[in-house]
Formats: sequence, structure tokens, C-alpha cells
Amino acid sequence: MDNDSLKARILEIVPDVQQEENKQYLTLVVPAGRLHDLAGELRNTPDLGFDFLFCLSGVDYGKQLAVVYHLNSTAHKHSIVIKVKTDDRVNPAFDTVCDIWRTAEFHERETYDMFGIRFNNHPDLRRIFLDEEWKGYPLRKDYADEVNIVEF
Amino acid sequence: MKEIINLPVSKIEEEEYHINMGPQHPSTHGVLRLVVSLQGEIVKSLKPHCGYIHRGIEKMCEKDTYPQVIHLTDRIDYLSAHINNHAVCLLVEKALEIDVPERVKYIRTIMDELARIQSHQLWWSSFGMDLGGLTCFFYGLRDREMILDIWEETTGSRFLQSYNCPGGVMQDIHPNFQKRVHSFIKTFKKKIKDYDRILSGNVIFEQRSQGVGMLSKEDAISYGVTGPSGRGSGWSCDVRKNEPYSMYGQVHFNEVLRYGCDTYSRYMVRMQEMHESMNIIEQLIDNIPSGDYSAKMKAVIKLPAGEYYQKVESARGELGLYVVSDGNKTPYRMKFRTPSFSNLSVLDHISRDMKIADLVAIGASLDLVIPDIDR
Amino acid sequence: MKEKDFQDNETLELFRKTGSGILMTTIDAVIDWGRSNSVWPLTFATSCCGIEMMATGASRHDFARFGIEVYRASPRQADVIVVAGTIVNKMAPVLKRLYDQMSEPRYVIAMGACAVSGGPFYYNSYHVVRGVDHVIPVDVYIPGCPPRPEALLYGVMQLQRKIKLETITRPEESMIMGRK
Repeated sequence: MDNDSLKARILEIVPDVQQEENKQYLTLVVPAGRLHDLAGELRNTPDLGFDFLFCLSGVDYGKQLAVVYHLNSTAHKHSIVIKVKTDDRVNPAFDTVCDIWRTAEFHERETYDMFGIRFNNHPDLRRIFLDEEWKGYPLRKDYADEVNIVEF
Repeated sequence: MKEIINLPVSKIEEEEYHINMGPQHPSTHGVLRLVVSLQGEIVKSLKPHCGYIHRGIEKMCEKDTYPQVIHLTDRIDYLSAHINNHAVCLLVEKALEIDVPERVKYIRTIMDELARIQSHQLWWSSFGMDLGGLTCFFYGLRDREMILDIWEETTGSRFLQSYNCPGGVMQDIHPNFQKRVHSFIKTFKKKIKDYDRILSGNVIFEQRSQGVGMLSKEDAISYGVTGPSGRGSGWSCDVRKNEPYSMYGQVHFNEVLRYGCDTYSRYMVRMQEMHESMNIIEQLIDNIPSGDYSAKMKAVIKLPAGEYYQKVESARGELGLYVVSDGNKTPYRMKFRTPSFSNLSVLDHISRDMKIADLVAIGASLDLVIPDIDR
Repeated sequence: MKEKDFQDNETLELFRKTGSGILMTTIDAVIDWGRSNSVWPLTFATSCCGIEMMATGASRHDFARFGIEVYRASPRQADVIVVAGTIVNKMAPVLKRLYDQMSEPRYVIAMGACAVSGGPFYYNSYHVVRGVDHVIPVDVYIPGCPPRPEALLYGVMQLQRKIKLETITRPEESMIMGRK
């Protein structure tokens, strides 16, 4: 399926997505509340069939925190990028997708460790790389570590 | 304690206990800690604890320029160092819309395939050693030294060369390069028959690996297990075939697939991949076109603002590189989607109800490199 | 400079020339010869330098001919710990615990730039220990990223020279820094 028909199909499922223009893959920003439903539809609908989540990353855009999902369909060979954003930097939270794609379990733990983004209904949300007592979330842009990190 | 001593033997085996295969262990291939929950000798569940080699590379990349990042990517998965560097260079060249000369594509592809062969040689050595066959260690590393000699003559360093740079390679190949590669392929084709005689046809090895660690194709896709581990379950996930880069679109090679879904299939996929890599090198090594070894690049590389994604096939699986750029000379956010991280997540699922001795074989067949998990 | 600042092998061998009588020096020589030619390391490799250490143990640069015959998996049975690779904050307590479990006489070789001083991760990393000598006392430093196998063999030879300086008459005053 090409990008326009994909976008049309997804607009039928969730009408209020926005597209970000001029990106390598079709990039859609989804409201956080509809993420889980959309993810389920993307996986289970036969002509969309996105069964391979090949990258889940957190990004700190300065004011907003976002999670970016890169999806691919092994049957139809098309790819898409879904983003969810939030303005809440104190307690950011999204729904988990690890019941849909099992690889998300570890990736969401890593995003929690590095950015502090919580995932509702995750089976085992705890830090994966750093110690449990570590303070702060290192990959955020306002993480300050005067000893180790040199600011220009 | 007294209560346990007075129980009949069958009851004792029902108690579940946890053991720690700690960060320092001869068979975990690095610093990975596994807390294994056992009932007798059967594994009921396991939890991996990572982070013992977490160096904060993604945060460091936000302060380094793109050529400096290449030196860090070497150290993430040190056995496919060329391939990691290749990913960064391809991403920068795609973003800046630069065409590299043909000579560069040939050199990069040949170096990638040599990296794949030496990674599989080291994997074979440590796999045999984990199962108790110490001969494999010496045979595999002896043959790997031939590739390290080739690299040392051309790039100056045996290992972790940082030979690629955005736009091309750092210096031209040595005049002896083609001769050495030919003699390596001739010698290795004979020696790889020894590998099959020692391990693949061995009845003890077959019993220890057939039927052990079953991973179905749907689970492989859902857990994101790419690379030879995924191809051992019948999933055709080779990035070199699906989204070709450099010279992979123009050489003939087969994607190796097996449908057994067990440790033995994953093993045979890697053994066959060594043959396919030698095949690719033979098609390219005599036809390297003359020309520049690097395109003209500006002194300071700034990527235009936007988001970029590049996939390459490393020796462990699909390596993805996701860069968010805001127009400066350092990336705003650089994320490495490393294959070993997803491969590790399936270890718990496939070792349920296996014996603890099989756990070592399963872990070795997934070919985990721990700094690749932790970055 | 004070006497304890001289820690290189050439100076220590010069200091050692004035010693006890002929009997003790012969016994010392025999014991030190035995100890230095049979150091057995612990299997400990965190990252890339571990691969070069394995390559040194393989057939081309065999280091079994230097006495490093076999790797011991348990720290209680090992003589030397070759710290090959980066040590991070989470791994540092584990390394200290392993070192404490080794029995005397025990030695430490810091192999590679990461173990010597943090290496390529010196700037801007929030989780790397800048040099393993913040955690345990080190006898021999081997620079390089990664050091060649020949460099590791040279480092082992320097350790052998250091071990030959020990004397059983004054074990508490051992010439090797940090050892009590």
C-alpha cells in the first residue's frame, strides 16, 4: 500500500491524526488516548498487517516528551511511523503496547529508564540499565551532571 | 533446613529456587546477569539484568560530531565494527544526498562481509567452547587471525579500525589486498570442512542442540528477533535482500533460511552464511573499479533538520540507526536499535522447561554481544 | 621525590640489589621464579579488550608459554585479574567483591584505555568509572584501544619482573604498591 492509501485507512480508524510532512516514512502523530486502539487495529487488520515493531524510541523535544514507534509489515512490506507526544514533564504516561508487540516490553523499560515516561499496564516497569536508586533520567535535555558532562 | 531433609526426594525437587549466573561467568559472553528460577534442573523462568556495561553512548553522541560518533559505534558491537560504521556513513550520505564513488561501495561491501565472517568464526569458537569442546576455540581463532592480518595491512589496526568515514573510507586499500583476500578464501574453504566434521556432524552436539530452544516464526516477529536467529525460524528478514544498500543489490547471493526453529537450525544458518559471504566477496574482489576512495565533503558536516532512519544487516541482526537532527553539527538525538537487545528479550520465552545445561547452548545460539545490549 | 614514588621496575630492581644474605636471596629467587612463571588469571572480560585477550590466548600469540596456563572461573583459585574492558558504576561493586574474594598473593593488570583511565568514554559519560584504580589497586597498566596481543604479553612480562622483586623475609613491606 502506498502512503496515501495508508493514511486514508488510518483516518478511518482514528480521525484526529496529524501528518508530519517531508519525512522518510509516513509519520503520523496520534493523540495519546487512542494509541492502544490504533496499535491493535494496525496489527490485526489483514490489509495493514503491521506485525514488526522495529524501533521504539523516546525523544525529548525540549518542551514535549514523545515516543516514536517504527512499524513494518512483513507481508506487505510497507512501513510507517507513529508518534505520541505529551506536554507533561513531571508525570508523562502512555499506554503500553507490549500486549500487541512483545518486543515493546524491553524497549519501554529502556524508555522509562532514560526519560521517565511511564507506561500504563506494563507487566514489569522498572529500570533496566541503571540502578534502582539512580536519581534523574539521563537522556532528558535538562539532565544536569556537572561532574561528568561538559557543557559547551 | 530440617524440614527439607525430612521430605521425600520427590517433594524436594518441587521446591523452586533461584540461582544467579552472575556478571562474571565464563559462559555468558560478557557481563550479563541472569537470575534463573529452577525446579530441580528445569528452568521455570529467567530474568536478565542488564546495565553492567552501560556506558551512556547515546548521551555522549549528543555532544560529538558525526565523524566522532563513528569511533563510538565501533565499540557498541565490536565484532561487526565495520558494519556499525557503515550505518552511520550511509545515514549521513543519505541526508546530505551525496553519491559515493563506486570504488567506495565495493570496498565497504567487501569489508562488511569479512567482518561477518570473522564474527561468525568467533561465535563458532565460543559456542564450541561453551559446550565443552575446547578444540573449536583454537581452530576458530586461528582462522580469524588471517582476516585480522588483512585488516591490519590496509587499515593499520587489527580490530576496531574506524575505517569508514562519511563520504568514503579513510585511506585507499593496500596493493596486496586482493592477493591476501584470495589466499584467505582459498584456505578457509578447505578449513571450514573441518568445522563441520568437528561440530556439525557430531552426535553429542546434535543431541544437545536439536529440539532445544524452539522459537516459532510468529514469536520471532513479535519479539523482533532478527538476523540469523530469526532466519533459523523461517522468517526472511535479511536487510540486504529487503532494502539493499551499497553493492548488495547487484551481487547474487542466497538468503539462508531454515525452518527447524531450534538451536541446531540457528547454528546451521550461521555456518551457511559464512559460505554465502565468501561467495559475495569472490564476485566483487576482482572487479574493484578504480577511482577516488572518498567523495568531497565539507570540513564540518551539518545534517539538515529532520528525522532519518537507516537499517543495515550486522552479524547479529538488523541494526537500526534513528537520528533526529536540528541542523547543528551534533545530532539532537541518536538512537541505536541494536539486534542483541531484542534477541535477549526472547531468551526467557524459549528456555522455559529446558534444563540448565541447555540454557548455555540457547544463549550461545542467539549470539549475544553484551555491549550491544547495553550500549 | 619520596621513596614510595619510585614504582617502575628498573628503579625497584636497583633498590633490591642490597638485600639479605646469600641463603635468603637464593630461597627468594626460587620462590619468586616459581610464582612469577605460573600466574593463573580469572575469566573476566567486559568488552572489546576481552576479545584481544582471547586472541592472545589462542594459538598465534599463545600466552600459555608465559605461564598463564589455564583460566580459573572462580576467584578463590585465581592469581591475577586482568581487567579487560570498561568498568561502569554498576559493575564496580562486583569487581571489588571479586577482588576481595581472591586470596593473596594477588595481582591486577589494567588492560586497555578504558581500564587505565576511562578511555574513549572519559568525556561526557555519566556512568563510566574513569580508571579501575578508583576501585582496586593496580600493578601493571597496559594502554591501547585495544592493546595488541604483543602489548598484553609485554605487560605480563613486566608483572613477572615485579613478582621477582618480592622477598619472604619482609612480606609486609612488599615492594609492590598497595599490597599490605
